[in-house]
Amino acid sequence: MSGTDWGAFAQSLCAAGVARGTPLLYATVGEILAERSGVLNLGLEGLMLAGAMAGFGVAHLTGNAWLGLAAALGTGALLSLLHALSAVYLRADQVVSSLALAFLGMGLASVLGAPLVGLGEVARLPAFPIPLLGRIPVLGPVFFDHNVVVYLSYLLIPAVWFYIHRTRPGLHLRASGENPAAADALGVRVQLIRVGHVVAGGALASVAGATLSLAITPGWIDGMTAGQGWIALALVIFAGWSPLRAMAGAYLFGAIRRLPLDLQGVPGIVQDNPNLGYFLDMLPYLVTVAVLVFAGRESVRRRVGAPAALGKPFGREER
Amino acid sequence: MIRVERRTHVPRWLVWTSPVAGILLALLVGSALLALAGIDPLAAYAAIVRAGFLGGAYALSDTAVKATPLLLCGLACALAFRANLWNVGAEGQLLLGAWAATGVASFWLPGDTPRLPMLLAMGGAAALAGAAWSAVPGVLRARWRVNEIISSLMLVYVAARWNNYWIYGPWSDRGFQLTPRFPKTAWLPRLSDWASEVPAFAGLTVHAGLLVGLAAAVAVWVLLSRTGWGFGVRLLGANERAARYAGVPIRWRIVSVMALSGGLAGLAGACEVSGVVHRLQENFSPGYGFTAILVAWLARLNPWAVIGVALLLGGLLVGGREVQPAGIPLMLQGVVLFSLIFCEAAIRYRIVRSTPPDPGLVGGGDAR
Repeated sequence: MSGTDWGAFAQSLCAAGVARGTPLLYATVGEILAERSGVLNLGLEGLMLAGAMAGFGVAHLTGNAWLGLAAALGTGALLSLLHALSAVYLRADQVVSSLALAFLGMGLASVLGAPLVGLGEVARLPAFPIPLLGRIPVLGPVFFDHNVVVYLSYLLIPAVWFYIHRTRPGLHLRASGENPAAADALGVRVQLIRVGHVVAGGALASVAGATLSLAITPGWIDGMTAGQGWIALALVIFAGWSPLRAMAGAYLFGAIRRLPLDLQGVPGIVQDNPNLGYFLDMLPYLVTVAVLVFAGRESVRRRVGAPAALGKPFGREER
Repeated sequence: MIRVERRTHVPRWLVWTSPVAGILLALLVGSALLALAGIDPLAAYAAIVRAGFLGGAYALSDTAVKATPLLLCGLACALAFRANLWNVGAEGQLLLGAWAATGVASFWLPGDTPRLPMLLAMGGAAALAGAAWSAVPGVLRARWRVNEIISSLMLVYVAARWNNYWIYGPWSDRGFQLTPRFPKTAWLPRLSDWASEVPAFAGLTVHAGLLVGLAAAVAVWVLLSRTGWGFGVRLLGANERAARYAGVPIRWRIVSVMALSGGLAGLAGACEVSGVVHRLQENFSPGYGFTAILVAWLARLNPWAVIGVALLLGGLLVGGREVQPAGIPLMLQGVVLFSLIFCEAAIRYRIVRSTPPDPGLVGGGDAR
């Protein structure tokens, strides 16, 4: 093991963690918006796949990756509108409705994406180091030498945090998720807020998929998200419904996902134990479960938890 | 003025029209989506119906083969959902059941074990493995209120990798990506086994797993509606606080429901490897455990109805083999669920023609 430079290994793993964590981050923040308004959306996996497919497809047709990203945004908004309407206005069971969304998204991506399989090179979103910041030792390569979607998330996350915690619409959002009856009494249009945030969150989840297919792991393969949509659901809990903590969680999971690949380059570990790979691949999923346990205990201790009205439909006639 | 108001009472005939209307709506939406993908919807539907249901004894036999794991997993989901526990990881429990059954058949018991003890041991090991796998989310939920939807789903991915390790590694047949074929004593009997006595049975691959599934449906029905344990389960599902006041041991009940549910899904895995593939290989299940969620929901969590719905969707899967790409059944499932939700909601409301009520009276009138 003497030949391995562990410092360089850690640095490249961290950099890859940021890159791989970025799709997770978009999906997680989207879900935070929906859940803060009081609506559970389990459909992230389907939204991500549909977004990845739509983004890749449109980029292929038009030759413009930005149009692809926009197409993913629209796809996610449209698909999640279905869940928003059935959960908010029809008061359907949010678990069933959003699982239906997951199936629909996964199936649609597979069906409409079939002709796209095997198209290698299409337009990609640009990647470039940030001038000056990119030259800081260690931090530069880890945080400032990435695809543009990573930089966009640096802007988006603080903006969403500010929106939720420091603006009036953000206050209405939180009120709708915590105590919709009181919010309604004060004149907040709870149902409209919920629909709006489920749609916005769904759009972000599909953008997350497109960041995969157009930037982080370019290309379209059916099922390419490999469960990241479900992991993002757990990250929401891990993050305590805060966009800033979601950032740390997403990068951590990005690094864990990447670890098996990186370890293959290290002599004496995976090469000598070829079966180790199967178990390393289990890590993200097992860590997700462990994180759920930890976050559950933590939220009990610190008395922070899910929005009080999460999963509960609201309607005036039922008060 | 026309407005929509909530029905105070939903008439009985309407309750059963909603699934029918939901499926019709789904067919309509589904054909639009298929057309969008450049597939002739009528041809696709016709191929599905022909291959799944109208193709004579062979088609029905194939449908029954596909329906068997759907039936067992559908029961697993229905049982857990009754307790308001969202075990959506039946797929992983099925995979682990198949793994345990394979271990018994090919590696842990001698190959000359007589048929009955062999099959019983396989079923028992599979049920135990599935139960252990689903007990994990159960315990986490009971002890720390960990969301069982996410944890049971995560364990599906772990189970798939666990199986791959054994398929590609220690159990690989001469380096191929499958395990050696089971000894004949580990095969569930099929109708075609009696082809020499009854020529009509030739080529019919329907196996005894179907009987296991039917017996399980009866057992689940008896458990849920004829035992105190089942009453506790239903109470837990309807109102956890009421269940607590009624003295139902909540934590223990959660773990036992989840374990039983996983045991059924594990049995499905054993039936599949023992009745159909006769070995363990990757991707032997086209997502039975996920389709089972739809089966349970369409059946309104009623064990008897699960039988019928499993056969119906089994036919869809058989037919789905005839149409490409492979995502069509999954997409149609999503469409069916959504259509069902919309029709379900539609029957709870009715359109009335009336003058808008005096705003001051709305609250009092509705609260009653």
